[in-house]
Amino acid sequence: MRTAFIRVLFELAEKDERINLIVGDLGYSVVERFADRFPTRYLNVGVAEQNMTGIAAGMALCGKVVFTYSIANFPTLRCLEQLRNDVCYHNADVKIVSVGGGYAYGVLGMSHHASEDLAILRSLPNMVVVAPGDPIEAALATAAIAKQPGPCYLRLGKTGEPTVHPPGVDFRLGKAIPVREGDEITLISTGGLLYNTVQVAEQLSRDGIQARVLSMHTLKPLDSEAVLAAARETSAIATIEEHSVNGGLGSAVAEVLAEACEVKVPLKRLGLPSVFVSEVGGHAYLREVFSLSVEGILKSLEPMLEQAKHRVK
Amino acid sequence: MRVKPGQPDWQDRDRFILSKGHGAAGVYAVLAEMGFFPVEWMLETYCQDGSVLAGHISHTGVPGVEVSTGSLGHGLSIACGMALAGKRDGRPYHVFAMLSDGECDEGSTWEAVLFAPQHGLDNLIAIVDYNKIQSLGRVEEVLNLEPLGAKWKAFGWSVHEIDGHDFGQIESALRDIPFETHRPGCIIAHTVKGKGVSFMEDKLAWHYKAPNDEELRQALVELRVTE
Repeated sequence: MRTAFIRVLFELAEKDERINLIVGDLGYSVVERFADRFPTRYLNVGVAEQNMTGIAAGMALCGKVVFTYSIANFPTLRCLEQLRNDVCYHNADVKIVSVGGGYAYGVLGMSHHASEDLAILRSLPNMVVVAPGDPIEAALATAAIAKQPGPCYLRLGKTGEPTVHPPGVDFRLGKAIPVREGDEITLISTGGLLYNTVQVAEQLSRDGIQARVLSMHTLKPLDSEAVLAAARETSAIATIEEHSVNGGLGSAVAEVLAEACEVKVPLKRLGLPSVFVSEVGGHAYLREVFSLSVEGILKSLEPMLEQAKHRVK
Repeated sequence: MRVKPGQPDWQDRDRFILSKGHGAAGVYAVLAEMGFFPVEWMLETYCQDGSVLAGHISHTGVPGVEVSTGSLGHGLSIACGMALAGKRDGRPYHVFAMLSDGECDEGSTWEAVLFAPQHGLDNLIAIVDYNKIQSLGRVEEVLNLEPLGAKWKAFGWSVHEIDGHDFGQIESALRDIPFETHRPGCIIAHTVKGKGVSFMEDKLAWHYKAPNDEELRQALVELRVTE
């Protein structure tokens, strides 16, 4: 996803001289081409994320579109108050890009696991929150947030995520992408678990259960219409995210369903429990530990599918 | 400063950022006097319900306020961003940031202090209001900043130390910008908190208190505002 991001940012910068890229001394083998091509629109502030974010706000208030870039929690939690006061309160054209959402940096450990960022950034006024599901979405999301006025957060995977969509898929901020039709259960995914979610739906289909799959790449503003349609048209909803179940996609969907009097549908939130990982492991390993592998998701869905079967009868 | 009260978003205006956002009233008063907004706003609505004039400086609905602050250690970074944008775009404006001594405790302030000389931001002037008192005590007792001027100098700034109450010294310090080519400028303004009002001078309590009617009368006499 980060390859798709930097490729599109480079293309956009060729056409729009307002675009700037600021990094907090991270981005090896990613940002060099941009830095070489646009030396006066690139900046490495050093290991100083609070300053990076304040500088980005100051530059944006002088008419620039500024992308800040770092990994995991560094461009978000480390400088949270700068995001809130300097960027969001001034509605500044700053786009925060974090690489390595969830457990993408697996073995590097707790400090490099981004598991609360969506919840926290979703609560900031004016902030648009986007977590693309595959490299195609990452590319389209990069172009979309560059065009969207005001603060945006782009949460990327690291590298090597499988492509799910065909090129040219219809991507609009705040609008879920229907990946698969189905009328028995709806699986809503955000971020890099989209591929696993589609695999789960395909396995369910082989078992005779037709699952609808929605890629909810934009967490804020949430596509509540797509959630409500799923609640009306299918008999259960599961949310799937590599993020704490507190405050992320699952919470956002639950908020919509709880306030919708006209629908009543069981909801299962799959994601990370509010704990720190107690063991070392790679990305795939940690997904397995928290039941976010294809098999893990299928197993977690069993009770809900059982109930749904009875309800249909 | 080169500003146009009738055109607060003029692209080449000088920018002033009050990083010590609790000094909002002073900036509002100056902006009102200059005609950015009616003086009545200040006299009648400051910190009142439904007003746009908050106790910590806020830009929403207030022409002339560049940036909202109040949490310390934010302003100098934003000023660096504006100064860098001005340099890169070849704009002639200057950026002024006023800091408190207390906010020199914030690590983020020193991130910005490191940054500005690295990028030769000689269009940036930081002014430290060095009154030697912070929220809960004297600076030297809470977290000693000395030698403060030498610290800024060691980080690569061109430093002037002045009596912050002497308008002659303020004017002469700000007459020639940049102080040195390719170096940001820093004015350490030695001040006395509550200067000019005998019972307020150098007293921590007046960071928090508002004067009662009698104290206000006496203060205005001492400041020669009224007889």
